[in-house]
Amino acid sequence: MAALLEVKNLGISFGGLRAVDDFEVSIKKGQLYGLIGPNGAGKTTVFNLLTGVYKPSEGMISLDGINITGLKTIEINRAGIARTFQNIRLFKDLSVIDNVKAGLHNHYKYSTIEGILRMPGYFKMEKEMTEKAMELLSVFELDEEADYLAANLPYGKQRKLEIARALATEPKLLLLDEPAAGMNPNETLELMDTIRFVRDNFDMTILLIEHDMKLVSGICEELTVLNFGRILAQGPTSAVLNDPQVITAYLGE
Amino acid sequence: MSFISYLINGISLGSVYAIIALGYTMVYGIAKMLNFAHGDVIMVGSFTIFFAVSMQGLPTAIGIVLSVILCTLLGIAIEYIAYRPLRGAASSLAVLITAIGVSYFLQNMALLIFGANTKAFTSVVTIPAVKLAGGQIIISGETIVTIISCIIIMIGLTLFINKTKAGQAMLAVSEDKGAAQLMGINVNATISLTFAIGSALAAIAGMLLCSAYPSLTPYTGSMPGIKAFVAAVFGGIGSIPGALIGGIVLGIIEILSKAYISSQMADAIVFMVLIIVLLVKPTGILGKKIQEKV
Amino acid sequence: MKKLKLSKTLKDNILTYGMVILAYIIMQILIGTGNVSSLMQGLLVPLCVYVILAVSLNLTVGILGELSLGHAGFMCVGAFTGAFFSKCMQDVISIDLLRFILAIIIGAVAAGIIGLLIGMPVLRLRGDYLAIVTLAFGEIIKNIINVLYIGKDNNGFHFSLKDSLSLGLDEGGTVIINGAQGITGTPKDSTFTMGVILIIITLIIVLNLIHSRDGRAIMSIRDNLIAAESIGINITKYKLMAFSISAALAGVAGVLYAHNLSSLMATPKNFGYNMSIMILVFVVLGGIGNMRGSIISAVILTLLPELLRGLSNYRMLIYSIILIAMMLFNWSPKLIQLREKYSLKRLFKKTREVQ
Repeated sequence: MAALLEVKNLGISFGGLRAVDDFEVSIKKGQLYGLIGPNGAGKTTVFNLLTGVYKPSEGMISLDGINITGLKTIEINRAGIARTFQNIRLFKDLSVIDNVKAGLHNHYKYSTIEGILRMPGYFKMEKEMTEKAMELLSVFELDEEADYLAANLPYGKQRKLEIARALATEPKLLLLDEPAAGMNPNETLELMDTIRFVRDNFDMTILLIEHDMKLVSGICEELTVLNFGRILAQGPTSAVLNDPQVITAYLGE
Repeated sequence: MSFISYLINGISLGSVYAIIALGYTMVYGIAKMLNFAHGDVIMVGSFTIFFAVSMQGLPTAIGIVLSVILCTLLGIAIEYIAYRPLRGAASSLAVLITAIGVSYFLQNMALLIFGANTKAFTSVVTIPAVKLAGGQIIISGETIVTIISCIIIMIGLTLFINKTKAGQAMLAVSEDKGAAQLMGINVNATISLTFAIGSALAAIAGMLLCSAYPSLTPYTGSMPGIKAFVAAVFGGIGSIPGALIGGIVLGIIEILSKAYISSQMADAIVFMVLIIVLLVKPTGILGKKIQEKV
Repeated sequence: MKKLKLSKTLKDNILTYGMVILAYIIMQILIGTGNVSSLMQGLLVPLCVYVILAVSLNLTVGILGELSLGHAGFMCVGAFTGAFFSKCMQDVISIDLLRFILAIIIGAVAAGIIGLLIGMPVLRLRGDYLAIVTLAFGEIIKNIINVLYIGKDNNGFHFSLKDSLSLGLDEGGTVIINGAQGITGTPKDSTFTMGVILIIITLIIVLNLIHSRDGRAIMSIRDNLIAAESIGINITKYKLMAFSISAALAGVAGVLYAHNLSSLMATPKNFGYNMSIMILVFVVLGGIGNMRGSIISAVILTLLPELLRGLSNYRMLIYSIILIAMMLFNWSPKLIQLREKYSLKRLFKKTREVQ
């Protein structure tokens, strides 16, 4: 089967600094793929390149056989990549459910006039959106808090809400940037179940950045290790984690 | 020949804008706020001289000194009473509106004391005009004093910031308040100092402005204040050389538009140039580029 | 749970509309019984103008989250296009109400288009830079109106940016927009009732927009631009939508304003940046993003100087002190802390905890 995400020779420089160099990855549909590496290795930069926040200096990215290199962020989202952020970026002053509904934006449409004049299309679509959003929220056990302001959610739930919002855009590929950051061991275990659940029930392909090795070894099938912007190792999780080079990079000489 | 006269007038007006713009730019750099009341400090400075010299008959030099002292104290007081309590407020709009309130306050205070009638300001400059090119170009004493003052202030301020401890503290605070505090810099005192310097400069700018354009009302400072602010943004807000460049360019454009295009449209042209500059260079000519980290 | 929320928004909206309607009814009764001074009556239409301006600016400032200091410029566009239309059509359309409604639509569309044209290049600037550029545009609009001459004769319309003579009008031709003298003889179509109806229409547009798909998109941009982009929201489109709707509604306010005066001039007082700032003060004091708050603060702050009239020269001084004091009281972190510490709610909570 062809890969869902195919990245070749991806690179970017900031001024003189080579942040990412010759990055390559091939992720199959339905895979749970991990991107790991020490701080400053360029992991989030790879995410920013994949989602069009930065334009790559060179290289090629294709999703499901379509070349998406150099597209704008919104075009890439429409093509099927959604993400979460390392430093949570929720719509803080919107309710929890409105955060998810904002994610549904491009899939449930009615015109501005219909909205302002409260025409039937408005009620029909809003009802469908609410149903869909509640469905997503209940997957993440957020349905009880649907009317809370997003800013008032506890940290762990904010991370979950961000995933729910990303899923609402109906992506083919989901990028999670340190989903377990700031969670306690119990919450992390729970999160691992949720990520597996999302993969299985939403038929999702997931690429995640994570420092928590328990999470990485527990759910990722394959890994890429980045160090100083270059690929250090790549392959099945257990093989990569036992690679002496990788151990050195993490633990130091 | 008249072109050169206009150019010199433009540089002179621009020098005044530059001195006012310095106040805006320093305060913005350090307190990250638009001090809308800055223009009205100019007016207070001019009224002080008017009161001391024209009404009380004191010597001009004393009037000037009084004006600088009063404005300095006023700047410190405004910051202490109205802006400091709002530091760390959830909305940056809060301090903007407060600054507007202070501006209203100063204008109406002047209105109460001096009334709405336009006062004729007596120029503080006594040196005679210089004639060049056989009398074809006349440079007034005010123009000469204004341009020289601007040069002295620019050099003085640059030296102050780069060579003194207090100046370095100002740079540090404008870079990162928290870090500056940890390094043992008294942030509150540094911000007060910034307001003091900015307001003292406003007093000088007011004196120069009213010497060249001798009509004084409670609203005299308002429009020059806005234009100087435009100059500060134009040159790159937060940057001292930027304020100089912005001010001079703005002054020249204004005078030349008045002379050659339309006196009514001069302001519109000035604003149009600002917009074009910002669209090409969104942080002004010498502004720093800031990018949000994702 | 969901039911509750819907009814909360609904309750909120009903309260807002109800407040406007109630105020209107009370005012009508007071006028009917002769309890309103002619000075106050003269203030009624301007009050409606300010309310519409405040609500519409709140769409830009509170919902889109961008600072605009050029709102008076859009009002100016609406005022002049609306008044121009009414003057031209005075003899053609004899039904006053119809002509006024058309004038309102034309004023709104013109201001909306100008909003769109200005918004396109400038909305990518952020924060204070956007503020100064919108201020600049507001001043440019006012400046251009002041040198604009339009006349009409048998050959059609004539334009000039110099003076009325260079229009070259035939005999019997009339100057409609006379530069700095503006437009005189606009029909006085604005009434308090019309103003209140326009307030309600403005509220319907703004409130329904906020609680719709588009409103969510606009607010998501306000809360986090990068995240909004990442979920496929078209930033430019929604910024422009909010900005131009806000401008169009300011245009409506302008038309209402223009048809309340026999002579309309663009002065620094009515269409300059000071006006824009005054509207911003309404918005911020009323609560950013809070439409009901905008209405209340626009009314109170417009009436305040009138109520203080007895204090003659001191009134604007007191106004400015109240403004500063209210900002400090509402926003100072230290004062907020103090208020929370000694608030009644907290005291009650404490006793409950003890039990």
